[in-house]
Amino acid sequence: MIPHLAIDPFSIAFFDDPYPAHQEMREAGPVVYLDAWKVYGVARYAEVYAVLNDPHTFCSSRGVGLSDFAKEKPWRPPSLILEADPPAHTRTRAVLSKVLSPAVMKRLRDGFMVAADAKIDELLGRGQFDAIPDLAEGYPLSVFPDALGLKPEGREHLIPYASLVFNAFGPPNELRQHAIERSAPHQAYVTAQCQRDNLAPGGFGACIHAFADSGDITPPEAPLLVRSLLSAGLDTTVYGIGAAVYCLARFPDQWARLRADPSLARNAFEEAVRFESPVQTFFRTTTRDVDLGGVTIPEGEKVLMFLGSANRDPRRWEQPDAYDVTRKVSGHVGFGSGIHMCVGQLVARLEGEAVLTALARKVGAITMSGEPKRRYNNTLRGLESLPITFTPA
Amino acid sequence: MTTITFIHSDSRSETVEAENGASVMLAALTHGVDGIVAECGGNAVCATCHVYVDDAWIGRLDPVSDDEDALLDGTAAERLPNSRLSCQIKVQPALAGLVVRIPDRQS
Repeated sequence: MIPHLAIDPFSIAFFDDPYPAHQEMREAGPVVYLDAWKVYGVARYAEVYAVLNDPHTFCSSRGVGLSDFAKEKPWRPPSLILEADPPAHTRTRAVLSKVLSPAVMKRLRDGFMVAADAKIDELLGRGQFDAIPDLAEGYPLSVFPDALGLKPEGREHLIPYASLVFNAFGPPNELRQHAIERSAPHQAYVTAQCQRDNLAPGGFGACIHAFADSGDITPPEAPLLVRSLLSAGLDTTVYGIGAAVYCLARFPDQWARLRADPSLARNAFEEAVRFESPVQTFFRTTTRDVDLGGVTIPEGEKVLMFLGSANRDPRRWEQPDAYDVTRKVSGHVGFGSGIHMCVGQLVARLEGEAVLTALARKVGAITMSGEPKRRYNNTLRGLESLPITFTPA
Repeated sequence: MTTITFIHSDSRSETVEAENGASVMLAALTHGVDGIVAECGGNAVCATCHVYVDDAWIGRLDPVSDDEDALLDGTAAERLPNSRLSCQIKVQPALAGLVVRIPDRQS
């Protein structure tokens, strides 16, 4: 028998403290049923990993939110990569993989490091600031839109648009409805910026359009692939950097280790992604009756994967609730796993490493100078406000 | 099980009995061999499980795929003719005695 639970993973109470509910779901069984939204759920690492790595059975083309594209019209034209299955997905994924490859990151690296140094110097000069707008948003906004090749005008739409996209994966609750009602100006901005004429030469966006010239994708596909970077490339790193700063402010012993050895910066960021899991959940839809963890899930059912819970499953991790900058963190599912694993993960890591390296070299103490305030989103976990005081090294 | 030897950049070597069917990357992680970071967990995204395969062995591995070739262009340590991503090398009895060198950095 599959355990039926009353947990609503898209409620404010859940967002405020998801950990007891994560544990309840993990303990209830490998697969649970959430009556609140009539979906199956997996919260243990093994089953989350299994679902992520079987894209033929657990498909993405029917949407990776609650909405089933086979039954409901999507709120926007589906993504050609996130909301696609092989073989269609294979071709678009190959293009974005090349645009965001390790070799491309090598070229961006120095510029991203210099920008992080400048940002931390500026904040040290101020002493007291809010680490969410001033750092977690401020730093990615200082590097990512330029790397993409966006015009300076209208960038204020980027974060609201991404917030909308991630709210829209959730159920038709107030967060989703409210976001979609206000979406028109943000959608109009994004649609326009995806056009070739609006993207500066040399940026990620122009690179994507160049793949239409070589025939790897069709010209109408190029703007939609640019849209994927606008949807998923900025807000996610805002939450990731926010998570890392929040961790370092809360755990002074780990901050001390990072300061003593700034080469830990990249791993400290990665561990923050495991620990806070900025992307908390994604759905898949079953393409057939499937046995998972001893129960049968029928065809056409939505399965909700709790990435944040998998990343703290004691069956997989030693001391899962400890933030440890030296942890061997490979295998966490904060960026997903399998064919849909975050295609921009190298950009995220580069940004995270740059910020944490600059912090470790320049800042002596990171102190919370006020109560942090949570930001609510159906998919993303992070803060609205994090008052911080920096003391110079 | 298949015997694989990892040689670190400081010449220290570690020999492990790796499970057949797994990747050389996973064998390193499972046995606590440092220096193979594998940020992407074996999904062929990141190029942080870079190794230099011993000359005696390089010709006996499956050839480099186009995807791996592109990733190898982005390794942190210099790419050499015997560079491979260890997540793309499958452990099998024919590789008994395989020797790989770990570069001094992965990112």
